[in-house]
Amino acid sequence: MSEIAKPVPAVTPQMVPFFDAARQGELKVQRCTECGALRFPAREICAECLSRQHAWVRVSGRGEVLSFNIMHQAYHPAFAAEVPYAVVVVKLEEGPAIVSNLVGVKPDLIRCGMPVEVVFEKVNDQISLPKFRPRAAG
Amino acid sequence: MSLRAKCAIAGLGATRMGRNFDHSNAIGFAIEAVELALADAGLKRSELDGLLVNPGVTWMTNPMASFDLQQAMGLRDLSLTATMNLGGATAGAMVMHAAQAIDAGMANMVACVFADAPLKPPRPESAKKGAGSAAAYGFARGLEGAYGLFGVSAQYAFVARRYMHKFGATNDHLGAIAVAERQWANLNPAAQFHDQPLTLADYHNSRWIAEPFHLLDCCLVSNGGLCVIVTSAERARGLRKPPVHILGMGQGHTGGDPIETLASGAPIAKRVAFKMAGVELSDIDLAEIYDCYTFTVMVTLEDYGFCNKGEGGPFVADGRIAPGGSLPVNTGGGQLSSFYMWGMTPVCEAVIQVRGEGGERQVKKHDVALVSGNGGILSTHSTLVLGADA
Ligand SMILES: [Zn+2]
Repeated sequence: MSEIAKPVPAVTPQMVPFFDAARQGELKVQRCTECGALRFPAREICAECLSRQHAWVRVSGRGEVLSFNIMHQAYHPAFAAEVPYAVVVVKLEEGPAIVSNLVGVKPDLIRCGMPVEVVFEKVNDQISLPKFRPRAAG
Repeated sequence: MSLRAKCAIAGLGATRMGRNFDHSNAIGFAIEAVELALADAGLKRSELDGLLVNPGVTWMTNPMASFDLQQAMGLRDLSLTATMNLGGATAGAMVMHAAQAIDAGMANMVACVFADAPLKPPRPESAKKGAGSAAAYGFARGLEGAYGLFGVSAQYAFVARRYMHKFGATNDHLGAIAVAERQWANLNPAAQFHDQPLTLADYHNSRWIAEPFHLLDCCLVSNGGLCVIVTSAERARGLRKPPVHILGMGQGHTGGDPIETLASGAPIAKRVAFKMAGVELSDIDLAEIYDCYTFTVMVTLEDYGFCNKGEGGPFVADGRIAPGGSLPVNTGGGQLSSFYMWGMTPVCEAVIQVRGEGGERQVKKHDVALVSGNGGILSTHSTLVLGADA
């Protein structure tokens, strides 16, 4: 039986360092080298100070669930077998918020404020996706 | 220098709404709406010299929608036009732009138009669309589609969930808004849900879309067009319908991430608009609040100060905003139960109420109406204060 593939993120030139790091099991975000503000996903210009200069820096991968929803509609056929599934917004300890999924926890057990940490899920040779799993608080 | 009551809404045109195929595209609905507004005001097409357009989703293919419409209906020698898009805040912003231009002597008679035609007639082999776009709302949240994040409801649900977590609001509270608006719609013959009552149990039984949103937390999908004609108060007094004066107007655009702010731009927009109008909250007789989701009403009522921040749930729970309640809100049924014409839905209903044309749903005291528009998930906001008297 043929499986419909989930959308694969485009590896834009800007995001290459992110995916390079993800393959190594590291979560990286952009850091403005002018004012130090962290941001994700990639942008060319810092929204805080408008600097064009940035570097990619590794973050802890720890954070908490800022919010989540539970998707009951299959907007894309590849997700049809998974509904209802949860999408979360994780607020990283370092500041940026990132959309992801939780692994190892049923949707109805997800709570705002739940402490989580990153894990990586290999999609193909080029792309590994950061996902999150519950962790002990602290 | 204040623009208080310098201008007025002199004409209102509304096509049939919802699942109707009177026109094959949005431009057709737009033309009909403008014609209806001209007739309502007793004006000829040639008397229009300004045209502002907020194209709906199916009309965004041409970035120059107002030029589309000018050509499509043979309008000549306009002195003002623009295609505008602040999402759900656009309708209010168009009225503001029109009033400013009229006051500045740049135009005399400005049509502000919204139209959309997302519903298609049934086809034998319905070609269902594939992936939704998650990029529509200007929040960079990462690799959304890869995680199954599609559509605006899912984005809005993040904000609602966080709000409920922080303030303890419940689906009963959201449901109370859906029920109240349905009760208003049951009194409005033009509403898509005019004939269908709704209980809180029905609300809870409606399927989930993106938790915490049930289907009945979400606005309708509608084919239709709406037009209001703005002119000077002086000119409006000589026309067919009593003027609906624009007493105050303002905008507020928060920026930042609504999951963290949990607030709209209403406080900023209100400050400007209420000062211009010279009104306090206690002067507001009815409120037409932008309601793409039930949740939006809750937050907006708080942000205008009808109750404290975080208390929007209990505030709406006891029928306060329903027919017979102390604060009439979305008196035509809103976008949840009447029709979804973005920010033009609340503008339209406010005009009807201030004129006293509300029929069975007419509120008794209708001197001052508040109109809110909201777009980009609580990120853009417009406020109009409309009144019968200058
Ligand atoms: Zn910076």
